[in-house]
Amino acid sequence: MALLEVENLQTHFRTPDGGVNRAVDGLSFSVEAGETVAIVGESGCGKSVTSMSILRLIPEPPGQLAGSIRFQGKDLLKLTEREMRAIRGNEISMIFQEPMTSLNPVLSIGQQIGEALRLHQGLSKQQAEAKAVEMLTLVGIPAPDKRVKEYPHQLSGGMRQRVMIAIALACNPKLLIADEPTTALDVTIQAQILDLMRDLKHRVGAAIVLITHDLGVVAEVAERVIVMYAGRKVEEANVADLFRNPRHPYTQGLLGAVPKLGSSLEGETERLAEIPGLVPSLKQKIQGCVFASRCPKVTELCREVAPALEEKAPRHVAACHYAEREAIAA
Amino acid sequence: MSTSMTDRSAHRGLPPLLEVNDLKKHFPIKAGFFGNTTGHVYAVDGVSFHIEKGETLSLVGESGCGKSTVGKALLRLFPPTAGQVVLDGKRIDDLSQGQLRPIRRRVGVVFQDPFSSLNPRMRVKDLLAEPIRNYGLAKNGAELDERLAKLMDLVRLPRDAVTRWPHEFSGGQRQRICIARALAGEPDLIICDEAVSALDVSVKAQIVNLLQDLQTQLGLAMLFISHDLAIVEHMTHRVAVMYLGKIVEIAPRRSLFGAPKHPYTEALLSAVPVPEPGASRQRIVLKGDVPSPINPPKGCRFHTRCPYAFDRCRTDEPELKQTQPGQWAACHLHDLPEASNPLARSLPAAA
Repeated sequence: MALLEVENLQTHFRTPDGGVNRAVDGLSFSVEAGETVAIVGESGCGKSVTSMSILRLIPEPPGQLAGSIRFQGKDLLKLTEREMRAIRGNEISMIFQEPMTSLNPVLSIGQQIGEALRLHQGLSKQQAEAKAVEMLTLVGIPAPDKRVKEYPHQLSGGMRQRVMIAIALACNPKLLIADEPTTALDVTIQAQILDLMRDLKHRVGAAIVLITHDLGVVAEVAERVIVMYAGRKVEEANVADLFRNPRHPYTQGLLGAVPKLGSSLEGETERLAEIPGLVPSLKQKIQGCVFASRCPKVTELCREVAPALEEKAPRHVAACHYAEREAIAA
Repeated sequence: MSTSMTDRSAHRGLPPLLEVNDLKKHFPIKAGFFGNTTGHVYAVDGVSFHIEKGETLSLVGESGCGKSTVGKALLRLFPPTAGQVVLDGKRIDDLSQGQLRPIRRRVGVVFQDPFSSLNPRMRVKDLLAEPIRNYGLAKNGAELDERLAKLMDLVRLPRDAVTRWPHEFSGGQRQRICIARALAGEPDLIICDEAVSALDVSVKAQIVNLLQDLQTQLGLAMLFISHDLAIVEHMTHRVAVMYLGKIVEIAPRRSLFGAPKHPYTEALLSAVPVPEPGASRQRIVLKGDVPSPINPPKGCRFHTRCPYAFDRCRTDEPELKQTQPGQWAACHLHDLPEASNPLARSLPAAA
């Protein structure tokens, strides 16, 4: 049994004008214990809504969740709010993009790390602070016994993100959801945080769901990748296969649109591949393939029939009628 | 330290389009009841470079290194503290606002966030007509409409888009409107301040291609301010790397990305995640954070994080020196004998 099994997740939002926004529309995936899975896609593809749905952070209404999210066999969508609270920050925790707005400015670092420990593990104030110092050491903050008494505004962006990671890992979660953890950081600091996440993954052994739009980060950290477009999964594969042999035209477009460092060393740089057009509105039910309006290989069939997710190569699925298919050994 | 500083052999005789000499911008820090100045933020502290006609120079660096401040000081969105800005042989940093007005036409600007840089209460038509009217480029309504249609064609938006409001457009389309506005005055130079950073990957590629096409079509010079090194490498001719208000290295694209001559450039390049799983690269992870520009370190500003720092770096400030033709770096390592200089490697031959 996988650690997390998301099946046919549908997160819809009612809009003020009476319509429905299908932010996530029938998403299924699973995460094994200790595995790193990346969800990539552009803004509005539903990747952040997916992560919020797993933790049930979507306000209902206007949100509406359907399908199932099984975590260690329990369906999270069926739990009461009280039971859900016992899981958040304990067995599943989350790192958000913007460390400045996700830390409380009027509580010290120690209090914020200690909060989860006191709530979930029943530690006393002193024990919690001692553990907070330990966590700060783990995430590589110098002089942790001093820092533990400081407030978020006294820390730099990189340090704050380290504190966020310390909070997320305080209760030894089995699953860590990282929503654009390095997007707000500078490259040199991003390199530090990615190194830290890789190192901690070996030491703590938590499974990670990494949500990002940066294909470079995906290539460096993830083991398996899910590509989302307009609320649906269009391709899933392990990281090497996906980058070497993308099967879905959207993934191919995405990879072609990113310039590679070192491109100028091989003579003249080529023009970037464009994906023409715009992401379709999620307010109308999309007939056929979600990518049909921008796809270079589109045919009548694509506009009428939505392609199913099929295994195009071993452990490599894509939702495209025309994706190249490898003979799969029985 | 003016034109001699960078390689201009290809353009001998012609003055550069833009020349910046020792530009400084210090922001006073006011504190207390009487608002006394208690210190300065040394945002830009002596920056010199030039841009040729039709050339792209990129300014790269991390947040707080002063790259946007350079752009804003050039536009005179605030007066520079010291230094010279010379546009087409004419000094423009000491002009009054009135004298500057006709010159503003020659420099366009595109900012990062297309959502906040378009007035939501103005139609696209009015947004674009404002510079055209200001600079008296159209004599009558028909001429104005003709110019508007031409601008829409240039940025590849439908011509009827001019009657719509900014909120009716997506992020990428708005950035096209911003580019059209920057082009409305028929400028020689466009300053792009993180112009593609807020856009999604697929839209980013569209805008990057558009900017490159416009450059060849109109012969524009560009100052491309960005933190995204892969995009910079893709579209620039030369690159200037900034750290704490100073340029630490300035070089043609191929030399900078192939054989960086400053330890900071080297670390910056190695820190960029590459979309190639299993790529074996040696990564230099810099320790700590960027120091505060209020109180920059003595000596070389990078010595607190530099993996190669030695005694001299803590006391002497290095100056930009030419290491290769056209490539300038501010690092004491290049005064050492070649055997003990870790950055002495040369450019790999083109494939």
